[in-house]
Amino acid sequence: MGGLISKSGLTGNIYLRSFLFLLPSWVLLLLFFFGPILMTFFFAFTNMSLTGVASRNIEFVGFKNFTSMFSDPTFYTSVTNTIVFLVFSAIIGQQILGFILALLMRERSRSFRRIIGVLVLAGWVTPEIVVAFVWFAFFGDQGTANTVLGWLGLKPVAWLHQFPMVCVIIANIWHGTAFSMLVFQAALGDVPKEIEEAAMIDGATGWQRLWRVILPMIRGSIMTNMVLITLQTLGVFTLIYALTGGGPGIATETLPIFMYHQAFVNYQLGYGTAISLILLLIGIIASILYIRLLKVKI
Amino acid sequence: MATRGNRIRWNFYFMGRVIPYLILSLIGILFVVPLLWVIFAAFDAHATLSIRIPQATIGNFVSILTDEANQRSFMNGLFLSLGQSVLVVIVAGLAAYPLSRYQLKYKRPFMYVILFSTSLPLTAVMVPVYQMFALLQFQDSLIGTMLFLTASALPYAIWIMKNFMDSVPIELEEAAWCDGASVWQGLRLVVAPLMLPGIFTVMIFTFASSWGNFFVPYILIQSPEKLPASVSIYQFFGQYGLVEYGKLAAFSLLYTIPAVTLYILGQRYMSEGFNFSGATKG
Repeated sequence: MGGLISKSGLTGNIYLRSFLFLLPSWVLLLLFFFGPILMTFFFAFTNMSLTGVASRNIEFVGFKNFTSMFSDPTFYTSVTNTIVFLVFSAIIGQQILGFILALLMRERSRSFRRIIGVLVLAGWVTPEIVVAFVWFAFFGDQGTANTVLGWLGLKPVAWLHQFPMVCVIIANIWHGTAFSMLVFQAALGDVPKEIEEAAMIDGATGWQRLWRVILPMIRGSIMTNMVLITLQTLGVFTLIYALTGGGPGIATETLPIFMYHQAFVNYQLGYGTAISLILLLIGIIASILYIRLLKVKI
Repeated sequence: MATRGNRIRWNFYFMGRVIPYLILSLIGILFVVPLLWVIFAAFDAHATLSIRIPQATIGNFVSILTDEANQRSFMNGLFLSLGQSVLVVIVAGLAAYPLSRYQLKYKRPFMYVILFSTSLPLTAVMVPVYQMFALLQFQDSLIGTMLFLTASALPYAIWIMKNFMDSVPIELEEAAWCDGASVWQGLRLVVAPLMLPGIFTVMIFTFASSWGNFFVPYILIQSPEKLPASVSIYQFFGQYGLVEYGKLAAFSLLYTIPAVTLYILGQRYMSEGFNFSGATKG
């Protein structure tokens, strides 16, 4: 009966109908998403510029953008900055703080858990540009951090000038930790209580249960979370741009900021595209890793 | 002996019970302090960069809300985000239908491409997108920006929509076809209403992320009168310099509220999303 009815519902060409249903998304994705990605591979080898002659007559320049990139000391600084930012703000900061929060929040009273959860989530739902402003105020010369130092009888510190990388890292931890916390809360919720109890009866201490039972069981979540926050952090632009502008000097110039400066401040669009190609390739590798880890059923 | 036992027990209790509460409270305080400043400063007539008890006023909000340039930037943001989220729901909903209902040869590769695209950093494509907009003479257009934002949100939306649609039982649709409904009517009159939680989820998250997006309109839009709130707030940094922190805080707060409200709403829909699978029972 069911088969008969679905046959009448599915009359006509399924492939034609699917094509029509998928057409709008294909057009938009090809034009505005996959198109630009493919164009990256082309424009990275041109001298396209924002103004002047090269903005009209685009010339193919081979690997010139890449050779000048690899001989540019700023490029290496920005790669180092990106790695430092990535490791300390995402992999160590957000991931470990998120895990500690999720772990400590288990078995706490419901209302307490909710309050802490809301406070951490507040940093996450705050738009990135406001996050930058919030931390600009916190680390400013007359900001809250220095007011607190004043109460303690200490001299104020020019945080954004002396420790700019620390400032952007803390701001990004504040903004992103909730995501890891949510991932780990879900993962810890899936760890069967019995296994932990069995380990406890066998005399395992808290640390042993953490290292030998809990961590191995949520290894999958740790890996996927790591890849996801790496991808998110790799793309962070607004936070750093508004908080320090990549400065002072090039102290917080990560790859996205470097890309922006070359493309839109120095008008070297071709060069900027070469940098974005590097960013894109890192992103593609991380995305493939992520899909491998997910083992989704489609 | 008894006191020693008590002490060990108390130590154990302290380590296991009190310490976690202390650590969590400390983290909670550290998370809320930076935010408190914005809230206090927004209500402070003479706000400084430091956190302090405000000289209560709503003057900052009044001057932000009565300023025409600010009104326009909020309207631009609303136009951009609302337009984008409606487009995303429609286009992703259409795409999800064959992916959920039909056996298609290209379904698996397509879904993998979609999944792959959800995780690519958008930052990396902004320079080529700008170049493309320049070539197509598409710069400085709110519609063009909206279309790009729509495309960038599509992979995630298609993925979520397909999952939601998978949980709408096909039997309900078959019943409608039996009554003479077309595929299109079945989608519109049977599937769409049952997918409302999914539709709201996609719409809310699309709106919130679009509302908070600074980089895309910052690159693609140049005219000051077309800038959405996410970008015009940045101009405040320079415009008011070191003086009017109260206004900047009030603007930040007004600008943050829609995003926060939507995330709260979204969470409710998120959990309700999968509760209608019992529709065929009974």
